[in-house]
Amino acid sequence: METITTTNFKSEEYFINMGPQHPATHGVLRLLLTIDGEIIKKVEPDLGYIHRSIEKMCERDSYQQIVHLTDRMDYLSSHINNEAVCLTVEKALELEVPERVKVIRTILGELTRIASHCLWWGVMGMDVGALTTYFYGFRDREMINDIFEETCGARLTMNYNVPGGLMFDIHPNFVNRTKEFIKHFKTKIPEYDRLLTGNVIFEKRTKGVGVLTKEDAISFGASGPVARASGYSCDVRKHHPYSAYNQVNFNEALATEGDTFARYQVRIQELWESISIIEQLIDNIPEGDHKVATNAVIKLPKGEYYQKVETARGELGVFVVSTGTKNPYRMKFRSPGFSNLSLLNHISVGGKIGDLVATMATLDLVIPDIDR
Amino acid sequence: MTNEALQQLLTSWNPNLEFTDENNAYLNVTVNAEDLHQFMLQLKENTETSFDYLFCLTGMDWGKELGVIYHLESTTHRHTLVVRVKTSDRENPNFDTVSNIWYTADFHEREAYDFFGIKFNNHPNMKRLFLTEEWEGFPMRKDYVDDVNMVIK
Repeated sequence: METITTTNFKSEEYFINMGPQHPATHGVLRLLLTIDGEIIKKVEPDLGYIHRSIEKMCERDSYQQIVHLTDRMDYLSSHINNEAVCLTVEKALELEVPERVKVIRTILGELTRIASHCLWWGVMGMDVGALTTYFYGFRDREMINDIFEETCGARLTMNYNVPGGLMFDIHPNFVNRTKEFIKHFKTKIPEYDRLLTGNVIFEKRTKGVGVLTKEDAISFGASGPVARASGYSCDVRKHHPYSAYNQVNFNEALATEGDTFARYQVRIQELWESISIIEQLIDNIPEGDHKVATNAVIKLPKGEYYQKVETARGELGVFVVSTGTKNPYRMKFRSPGFSNLSLLNHISVGGKIGDLVATMATLDLVIPDIDR
Repeated sequence: MTNEALQQLLTSWNPNLEFTDENNAYLNVTVNAEDLHQFMLQLKENTETSFDYLFCLTGMDWGKELGVIYHLESTTHRHTLVVRVKTSDRENPNFDTVSNIWYTADFHEREAYDFFGIKFNNHPNMKRLFLTEEWEGFPMRKDYVDDVNMVIK
């Protein structure tokens, strides 16, 4: 029989669905991939699978109720989301909250960031084929969730902030448990590094993959670790400090390479910075009230208010247009994941599907935050 | 650049600008729809302003008018400006896209179209973002009615 050898097979472009139920999309995100062989030609996200129109719901709710809704956006930064709305209301009412509240909010915000990054680190490893990281990350995150549970009764959707302060004072065990956790976690980050950071396979999967330049990061409105890995200094805690961030010393984690590995390293660096912030504050929580009284029905003066905070994913903006009634006339959440997702097509074209998975892992998308 | 200096500079570019101060922390400017693209491009390109970071784009329904609010920041000068554009055409509201000036506007403008029905001319992919193509109406408009999905209190 004659053997047919040929080298000129025609390549053909075709498209496949990735998601909405796909382990690497971490939620109900659907990506329409146009591919040629395994080379990606185009990535088009299809959103809305978990859209609840939170902004429209806000228009009929009171400001205290809106705080609850924000838990359900970026559920891994729920405390920081709540804080963002409370800060906006306090800014509009020109309400000065006690120092104690500011410090507790900051500590809890940083604990939230560590918990979120632990989860991210776990699933990042899993996405590139290292299942063990998942259990390591969840083991340490569990300790933070226990602290949250003791503090406010909830592990994920905290709703501990209210306009004017905190719903109730911290639990007597809070300081000791947080210190215990910090002591424990400081021994664990080097373990993280030993397990994943220096791993040859991991480096090959991430270095030089999904490169984002600084100019593009700014133009795409990227924020958080995604933008900082491209050398763009955008930490809201540094540039527009809120709560107690002006009382602490910390470095903004920055890298210049802009690739997947740089984004990974920035987040590991942020874990150390968060620990440092908590250590500076935990022994010096000022005495005082946990709340200032507000009216039962909060009416913001007529005007427009914008407040930004740094969640674990980047810059969350809360924009309120008030006409002086008890509901906002228009409420807009500028979510970090939404802008970070928009650059996915730009940085993954030309790569392989496996690279796309690694890239998506370091964008650290939370879909309810994008869909709102 | 301070808000006063910024206001002076912008007025020298375009005398038709309207500055408002609606109890707002940032400097606010309203621009005519036909001048929008040219004005935005100048805000980004001019080295004195260099607004390179569009951090928020909000669709708005003011009742009679529809419009868009752009929040801009400069990463070199660290000043902020809020630009708004309005139209009283509720049947076919449209503005020029700014997605060729800031890439992030691509998704944000699609969101504004999805919820408010505001079309952006020359946008590369002007279709709904969150809702399905068959969805009728634009839910974030104040006159939108949906007896099934909306709970009115």
